[in-house]
Amino acid sequence: MVDVIMPQMGESIAEGTITKWYKKVGDKIAKDETLLEISTDKVDSEIPSPSAGLVAELLFPEQKTVDVHTVIARIQTDVHAPSMSEPENVPTRSPNPTPEAVSTVEPSLEPPALRQGISAETNSFFSPLVINIARAEGISLSDLEKIPGSGANNRVTKKDVLDYVERRKSAAPVSHVKPSNAGTPPGGVEVIKMDTMRKAIAEHMVRSVHTSAHVGSVTEADVSKIAAYREKHKAEFERREGFKLTFTPFFVDVVVKAIKEFPLINASVDGDSIILRKDINIGVAVALENGLIVPVVKNAAGKDFAGLARAVNDLSSRARAKKLSPDDVQGGTFTITNPGIFGNLFGFPIINQPQVAILGVGAIKKRPVVIDDAIAIRSMVYISMSYDHRIIDGALGGKFLQRIVQYLENFELGIMN
Amino acid sequence: MPVISYIDAISKGLWEEMERDSSVFLLGEDIGEYGGAFKVTKGFLDHFGSDRVVDTVLAESAILGAATGAALVGMRPVAEMQFADFVTCGFNQLVNNSASIHYRWNLPVPMVVRLPSGAGIHGGPFHSRNPEAWFFHQPGLKLVAPSTPYDAKGLIKAAIRDPNPVLYFEHKRLYRHIKGEVPDGDYVVEIGRGDVKRSGNDISVISYGSAVHFSLEAAETLEKQEGVSVEVVDLRTLMPLDKELILSSVRKTGKVLIVHEDTLTGGIGGEIAALIAEFAFEYLDAPIKRVGAIDTPTPFAPTLEEYFLPNKEKVLAALRNLAAY
Repeated sequence: MVDVIMPQMGESIAEGTITKWYKKVGDKIAKDETLLEISTDKVDSEIPSPSAGLVAELLFPEQKTVDVHTVIARIQTDVHAPSMSEPENVPTRSPNPTPEAVSTVEPSLEPPALRQGISAETNSFFSPLVINIARAEGISLSDLEKIPGSGANNRVTKKDVLDYVERRKSAAPVSHVKPSNAGTPPGGVEVIKMDTMRKAIAEHMVRSVHTSAHVGSVTEADVSKIAAYREKHKAEFERREGFKLTFTPFFVDVVVKAIKEFPLINASVDGDSIILRKDINIGVAVALENGLIVPVVKNAAGKDFAGLARAVNDLSSRARAKKLSPDDVQGGTFTITNPGIFGNLFGFPIINQPQVAILGVGAIKKRPVVIDDAIAIRSMVYISMSYDHRIIDGALGGKFLQRIVQYLENFELGIMN
Repeated sequence: MPVISYIDAISKGLWEEMERDSSVFLLGEDIGEYGGAFKVTKGFLDHFGSDRVVDTVLAESAILGAATGAALVGMRPVAEMQFADFVTCGFNQLVNNSASIHYRWNLPVPMVVRLPSGAGIHGGPFHSRNPEAWFFHQPGLKLVAPSTPYDAKGLIKAAIRDPNPVLYFEHKRLYRHIKGEVPDGDYVVEIGRGDVKRSGNDISVISYGSAVHFSLEAAETLEKQEGVSVEVVDLRTLMPLDKELILSSVRKTGKVLIVHEDTLTGGIGGEIAALIAEFAFEYLDAPIKRVGAIDTPTPFAPTLEEYFLPNKEKVLAALRNLAAY
């Protein structure tokens, strides 16, 4: 009997995936005849049989990833002619090994995060049952920590984790990113542990991409009127209000006006239901030193321009001072972000769940534009919007954007009070 | 189907077995002329005669020794301890002789010991014990503890037909408090099989004897008030334990409360908790909880006795804790 081992296909390769068996148990095989195909991080290869004989055992099913140097098959070499025609003499191990057979050689089936000592990784307590369910459902420890607990001291109960599994099933399938086992790349690395905000952003962004069918549109608007208005009134405004007049409240104002005409933009999706939100609460993304936060201007439709400006200023200054309360960042129904703040023309924002659209405001720059066949210098801005194609089609998204453009270009404010 | 009391179900079972098998006979204190302290054997003497309904001296050691000897020579004795508390006087016969004979001599000892046990009848420290845990620890004995008339009759019959010494714990408070449907004819409840008295999904209660009843009441209340679905498992047999039933219930619900009337420390609940921890650990969503009597002798004063015993309210409080965990 000759063992076939998972070959090491490169110095940094630690494992390979069996993509196809070319032979079944009991098949005759010649030396150097292809037995299987494997795929690794770097290459796909056909693996020849090390000797002639009968395929006695195939120890792993296709698509199974196996550490290098692991025995993956056995070739029976002392084959007598009669035994080749008598199936009962062929070892009967199935080409798809039983779960027991697999589990003995593959303890790594358990997600590593859950095995590496709960106490070291988390301050939360998870019951044996919750851990067990998480393991069976492929929920990582960091995901487990994000499930809101309904038990004593906010413990995540069996019901909480099962509800989470249900919700996840109803959402789009989450692809499991294969952890890299390629070892330390040459040249040295520095490992930076994500802080809580970074982890939250990472989780939220990935979940959003997996949840919503993102589609985008970009338009441009002539904001010369607004720029002139701001230029004219900013000194007086600052004297009266005690803070600088920025462009943000103008965008919040026009978004609110446009949403009133296109209520489907102010919605969320729950399974196969569309939830229209009656309140218009506009999230305004604020970049921080180590991340990003989105405080929410509540009841934006009930505020006049000065009220919006005050709310935006209050939230963004408290965001930078780290003085926001949890309530300040909840309940948003639409978000405005500002990729232009660093001078960029436009961006492709990711929807802030559970909302269905996010507006990205690019840099406001003076550009030559053609007006009535004459070239004029105008203050122009590119505006992008990502929206959820599950409920917003291009027609609606496009019309909404154009309405924003109209409001921006025809901005009228009598008195700023 | 006739509805009869728990005590009548025991009497019926005994009567039918004596009619069925002439090797079955009864012995105990005041069981003949007087009909037994609780009247379980009332009328037996007249019908079966004094050879088969034997009034004995006040000596539990003698009763249990005689029963053991009779079993060894092919009889099927049913010995009554007037109160389960008094079995202590015959402890040596049971644990050193009856329990070990099969292992020493390879001989069957088909005897039954009836133990009227339990508190809640203002009997004080000498007439209220639940002594099952002492014998639970002794290999070679079987222990049954029915909670309903149906199980009482079915288990006394199974106990009499079993080739081993079987301790039959009959709860005094259930005698006339509990009535239920009992078929007229012959049937047995298999020893070693528990019974789900109430099906549920959120919490398992494992109990036996009198505790089954107030656990069921607590389960009903909790379901009605808070929508928590509680399963109540009645062990019926304490040895050998129906491990599969216990574990399957816990695996279903993930939370478990063990309730017995016996005092808590060293009670059977500890063994059940260990069993669950060992074989269903990964199914637990909460710590294993127990409710039992306070670790003191049974108080005589009714108010203290009430305070001492587990009851519906104590079970309800423990269930609420588990539900909220």
